[in-house]
Amino acid sequence: MELLRSQNLRTAVSLGLLSGAFLLFIGAVGMIEAFHDREVVNDVFSLGQLLLVLAPFAAGYIAAERTGRTRADIMSLLADGLLVGLLTALPTVVLLLFNSDEYRGLLFLSLRGIPFVVATIIAWQLQRQGKERQLVIGSWLAIAALVGIVTFSFALIFEIKGDLRTVLVNINRDWVDVVTFDNRNELITGILTFTFATVAAGIVGSVFRILPPIPRRALMYGLAVTLLAGAFGETVRLILQENLDRATMRELFQRDTMRQRPALALLVVSIAVGYLWARFGQEARTGFTQLEAPRKRVVNGVGMLLFAGVLLMLPWLIGRTLSDVAVTIGIFVLMGLGLNIAIGLAGLLDLGYVTNYAVGAYILAVLTSIGPLGRLDGFFTFWMVIPVALLAAMFAGFVFAVPVLRMRGDYLAIATLGFGEIIGKLAISDWLKPLIGGAQGVQAIPKPIFLGTELKNPEQLYYIVLAASLVTLFVSIRLNNSRTGRQWMAIREDEDVATAMGIDTARAKLLAFTLSAATGGVAGAIFAAKVGTVFPNSFTVFISINVLSLIIVGGIASNPGIVVGAVVLIGMPELLREFSDFRFLMYGALLIIMMINRPQGFIPSKLVTHEVRAAVKAKVAPAK
Amino acid sequence: MALLEVHDIHTYYGNIHALKGVSFAVDSGEIIALIGSNGAGKTTTLRTISGLMEPREGSVVYDGEDISGARADTLVAKGISMVPEGRGVFAKLTVEENLDMGAYTRRDSGVKDDLKGAYELFPRLEERRKQVAGTLSGGEQQMLAIARALMSGPRLLLLDEPSMGLAPVLVDGVFDTVQRIANEGVTILLVEQNAHMALQIADRGYVLQSGEVAISDTAANLQQNATVQKTYLGID
Repeated sequence: MELLRSQNLRTAVSLGLLSGAFLLFIGAVGMIEAFHDREVVNDVFSLGQLLLVLAPFAAGYIAAERTGRTRADIMSLLADGLLVGLLTALPTVVLLLFNSDEYRGLLFLSLRGIPFVVATIIAWQLQRQGKERQLVIGSWLAIAALVGIVTFSFALIFEIKGDLRTVLVNINRDWVDVVTFDNRNELITGILTFTFATVAAGIVGSVFRILPPIPRRALMYGLAVTLLAGAFGETVRLILQENLDRATMRELFQRDTMRQRPALALLVVSIAVGYLWARFGQEARTGFTQLEAPRKRVVNGVGMLLFAGVLLMLPWLIGRTLSDVAVTIGIFVLMGLGLNIAIGLAGLLDLGYVTNYAVGAYILAVLTSIGPLGRLDGFFTFWMVIPVALLAAMFAGFVFAVPVLRMRGDYLAIATLGFGEIIGKLAISDWLKPLIGGAQGVQAIPKPIFLGTELKNPEQLYYIVLAASLVTLFVSIRLNNSRTGRQWMAIREDEDVATAMGIDTARAKLLAFTLSAATGGVAGAIFAAKVGTVFPNSFTVFISINVLSLIIVGGIASNPGIVVGAVVLIGMPELLREFSDFRFLMYGALLIIMMINRPQGFIPSKLVTHEVRAAVKAKVAPAK
Repeated sequence: MALLEVHDIHTYYGNIHALKGVSFAVDSGEIIALIGSNGAGKTTTLRTISGLMEPREGSVVYDGEDISGARADTLVAKGISMVPEGRGVFAKLTVEENLDMGAYTRRDSGVKDDLKGAYELFPRLEERRKQVAGTLSGGEQQMLAIARALMSGPRLLLLDEPSMGLAPVLVDGVFDTVQRIANEGVTILLVEQNAHMALQIADRGYVLQSGEVAISDTAANLQQNATVQKTYLGID
């Protein structure tokens, strides 16, 4: 107890227990097992095993950072790492023992002992504080009884069921295999191996922190690149196979997994690159800022050209599967840029953005379909309908904006959420069934035809999305710096003061909703043409939430941020498809971690940076 | 002729009868102070004039035109500018962006000159033109709010509690500035709890009490008035 009061020890203990709980959790939900199927480096280690050591490594690193120990007290640093590693292993080891037939009895015994231990510790504390004898004895009895009931019921459940698997389905043989590093039959050996791994990772993590910054950054960069390339092996392979011949591919990859030698080579190269960047990156940046204006423009221009070249060549570079992902990302970039007008610029929290997406998709579907619902017999082409879809979405945005003009903040959000739901119900209703097909949706939507070629592959559709996104990007940059943009900014900050500046807030808000809806309509139309069919279940509240999240994660009111947000939040789940349900768990975890550590988003706009800094300042110095 | 005439206005918050027939007039070039205790209806009067609230009865006539019930944003172009209570600067915009926002309704070429004029009036703001308004001190924010209101080129400036929340040292500065703005020909209607300061710079004053005008007189006479002295100036 005395020891626990030491701040540093408490840091190490809490971080260790946290990473231990993390390992226990991802084991219990089946993540370790699922990730074990994905090898990072062929025949060396899997993603599941990587997770096992990554947690104590990170905990050790953070512990060393928080305690701020230097190279001088290397011994305490090592001790911290050791402690973190041990505590990381603890929960999993307990569960392992629980799970084995041999040692379960031992655990039940200790389980029965827990109430007495807990009660005695607390009673001892009370005694030391000089409480009366009766109170001490009374509380001992009360606590022992209370904790006893809880642990006894746990023990009872397990004794009756006899097997953990009935309670925690994922704590099964495969899980044991992964965490014991394939020592299922020699449980003690397995436990020792596992503990050794976590302890080593914890120590490496805490020692890693005190490395001089340049090698540390280089190592970190190299490891991150190699491990990411390994973990996303399938994606990397898809990109490489577009550009390399089959023999080279076989050298590099065993199915979707990197072979050992290329992995090692990648590690060495990326560490070298990381070293050069850490060593000379700062100089390069200061050198750049000191360049004269015309030279700077040249460097910038070359960079822009390269970037534009990559954007134009992208489908050839990444192949069909990833092009498909790129089109989906593009559709969400369009929606993100549109919704950003309402949320980022005008501060109107719109949770019904899916409305515009649905309107665009159904307009395109009904007007161009050559199936039974397309009564116009394919008279309209994709290109003719795009402006119609845009105008229809704008009209929908306008109509829905009128009743909610007087609402602000949370109330507005709930009202728009309601509109989104209404659209979903309308789409599936019998009432509109003759028109848009109810639950059966609209089918047989032809692909766009451009100069005689049918754009049926994602590689070709990519260019439509790219063009639409670039136009939208241009418009939103212009809007941001315009009089109209300023007026939205004023409304976002303070509606009453905006009125006092002579701004017609009702008109400005209507304009924001209407313009914001436009790209949603285009995105919906492209989506419909891409998929070829439109079903009502594509238009749920999750579309609205997704678009909102990508704006927030990327950086609210920041155009580059929205693109990055879409790539991460829409692209990542697509690339993690093989992990099925866990990708949503990871998606959620990413959102939480982002909001805690980087609330301003990946690429924050200048404005939001001010805001976050002001909030931090307010926290540091509350009294004024 | 009076620039602003308020005829017997009745304004309600829901069912609460806040203004029970307030009438007064502001002549061109004057500084008029509306004083009164908390809840007397000072701010409500100002909000009614500026269009943020609509009178149920009575009329507000500005420059010969009935503006009662007109939308607030349309009045700015007509030359009525308001400095809202609690300053209300755009905290995340820079000083200069705030000032630009004040000139929102204007499309003439004089904006740049007026910006210069604002910086001459408040040199402090020029030093901080690239600074985010939320990081200014309370006094500087008040200066910014006044400067921003001037950017629309008003004939009538409505000031709501300019001294609120400011250190006594700064209060003097704010009232000095108000005096200087008036000297440039802007008519000023000032709502103030700090009756002492307000009456020092005002030409005339109205004392509001429970939504009605209780006393109206020149500022000098009001300072001598026994009731005013006792109730608002703290002199026995």
